[in-house]
Amino acid sequence: MIFDPSLNIVTLVSIGEHPLSGRPRRAEQDARALELGLKLVADNLQVLYIGQAKSPATVSVLKDYLGMGLGQIQVLDVPPQADISNTLLENFKANCPDIILTGGRAENGESSGMIPYLLAEQLNIPIVTSITDIVSIDMLTGLAEVLQALPRGQRRKIKVSLPFVASVDMAAPAPRQSAYGCAMRGQLVVKDFNQSIDDVGQRHWQVNSAQMRPKRLKIVKAKTAADRFKAATAKIQGGSGKVIYDSKESAQEIFKLLRDEEML
Amino acid sequence: MSDIFRRDPRTQWIARNRLHPLHVANIGEPERGPSGLLRKNLHNIGFIGANGVKRIDRSGDSKGGLSGRKATTAVEIVLPLHQIDKPDFYILVVVDLVSARLNNHDRDTLGLAHHMANSNNAKGAVVAVLFGEVKEDKLDTAGIDRLIHFDTSAYQSYNPEQRCADLCNIVNELQPKHILLPDSINGGGDLGRRLAAKLDQRPACGVWKVNGEQLVCRGGAGKTDITRPMAKILLVLEECSEPVSETRHQSLLMPVVSSVTVKQRILDLGNMSVDPNAINLAEAGFILSGGNGVKDWPEFHLAAKILGATEGASRVAVDDGFMPRDRQVGASGTWVTARVYIAVGISGAIQHMQGIAQCDKVVAINNNDSCDMVKRADLSAIGDSSEILGELLNVVRQHAAEKPVNHVVINHG
Repeated sequence: MIFDPSLNIVTLVSIGEHPLSGRPRRAEQDARALELGLKLVADNLQVLYIGQAKSPATVSVLKDYLGMGLGQIQVLDVPPQADISNTLLENFKANCPDIILTGGRAENGESSGMIPYLLAEQLNIPIVTSITDIVSIDMLTGLAEVLQALPRGQRRKIKVSLPFVASVDMAAPAPRQSAYGCAMRGQLVVKDFNQSIDDVGQRHWQVNSAQMRPKRLKIVKAKTAADRFKAATAKIQGGSGKVIYDSKESAQEIFKLLRDEEML
Repeated sequence: MSDIFRRDPRTQWIARNRLHPLHVANIGEPERGPSGLLRKNLHNIGFIGANGVKRIDRSGDSKGGLSGRKATTAVEIVLPLHQIDKPDFYILVVVDLVSARLNNHDRDTLGLAHHMANSNNAKGAVVAVLFGEVKEDKLDTAGIDRLIHFDTSAYQSYNPEQRCADLCNIVNELQPKHILLPDSINGGGDLGRRLAAKLDQRPACGVWKVNGEQLVCRGGAGKTDITRPMAKILLVLEECSEPVSETRHQSLLMPVVSSVTVKQRILDLGNMSVDPNAINLAEAGFILSGGNGVKDWPEFHLAAKILGATEGASRVAVDDGFMPRDRQVGASGTWVTARVYIAVGISGAIQHMQGIAQCDKVVAINNNDSCDMVKRADLSAIGDSSEILGELLNVVRQHAAEKPVNHVVINHG
């Protein structure tokens, strides 16, 4: 399904990090965003990366992205301490694309997931979060229908006006594999970006590897020794639920319970 | 009546003294056996003490009921009321209110807000903002001093831009010291980030610990801990603080700040119906699980389809080849978190009970009323499983015939 080729879609990609080995990899959500973009406009998709263009980890991961069948990736070279949201904004202010696809949150750094929100706010366009698919785009009315992932595997349909920012959820279709030949043919177009502003907010931060969070204990607020003893030795109490022996009556009761819990 | 056991010395004395004029009236005639021997009724000896243990007073011939009295009704503990009349500052909390009730994440967030409002002898008030319908009946013990409730029909659907604009108005009016939201996928994380972008504030996301003026946040998708100074907007993780448990709060309704209707650029077209078996078993909300007691598997699958439930299975059903391995619930399968779990013909091995420990409502359909699943279940139907399922389907079909619903089925990846 390829929509209007004049549609201008940009996907933002970042460098992911494997949660256990710590090796650089395609960021999972960004790869899904890229997959969605490729599905929508194929070759007309623009891909943008902002970061240190020269580091070997960046180049290897961007090659992985190129291996998904991209002609080129635009790279804005900024120093490590730069505020990326600012750079992105400067880049999009001149010509705002119709759809900006991003992942939900980065896999390293602060990982606050604020980038799509900041972009939407500054460009004054709507943002739809954790989408899994873009069902249709109507260029005449300037409206798109997207599917949003909800907890417990549910989906919601949303109509949103173009242009918009969309962050892609892990529930979106899995990205295609990266092909070595494509990766070798694709090009990285590096642009120096000199007006970057440093992220001063992070200067006073201390970053350590994550500690195990303490497990919450069951607090017993018993006033008497007998209550404490009961709480310490209590087993699952039998017979607390309702037991019904008649099949018709039990069917009615189960139906009532399902209705009360809004499962039907 | 209080729970304390009180002796009545006068009655005890009368019971001991057989020559007392009231002895016969109070105690009755001494019981004599068939041969005329004086008999003691052992069951009437002693009394039940304060902790539920039987006590025998050897000092006299005291009898049950005479020697004292004991409260029978459990006294409901009324927590002290935490009152803030003129707060020095406000702490704003926006709760998720999943299915119109406060969940644990909401309560933890409110607990943290209460802690921040009252630490260092401060006198702040926690203002909770609730969007949409509220079914929660324990709002007073959740730690809410002030309440702002938006309850028009517009808030029944997904309207994040309107909610964000309303929050901006509240922030402008109350000038809260901090704004706390649960960093959840139920809307809190989204709304908090929207608000932060709107107010041009850098939020602290994934906060799990507050040490005075220092925050500890999860960063790097959960791989790092960032220690940073206090922020105005905090998106907090679950178990960031203990929920409020020792006080009641006023929950005073504040007038809704003049609500400005903003232009909706996002329109909610409603939820899509999803194939229940495409939902990951661990996050499914409604599971119909079959075990050894299921004899009619086609009917079981039909029931799951009609009820719209995700199918699960016990280990026996999987081993016997009736269900695929990825449907297994329990210790070596999936640990489920369903809100309603129907166990058909599952007696409840301990490994299976571990897997369903987090389920809210468990319904057991079994032919043995003494099995462990029936002990765990909130509702148990004892009888032939296929008969009960058949009756249930009849009831559902009857109801569906009365109320036709249009379903749009989509195929999603």
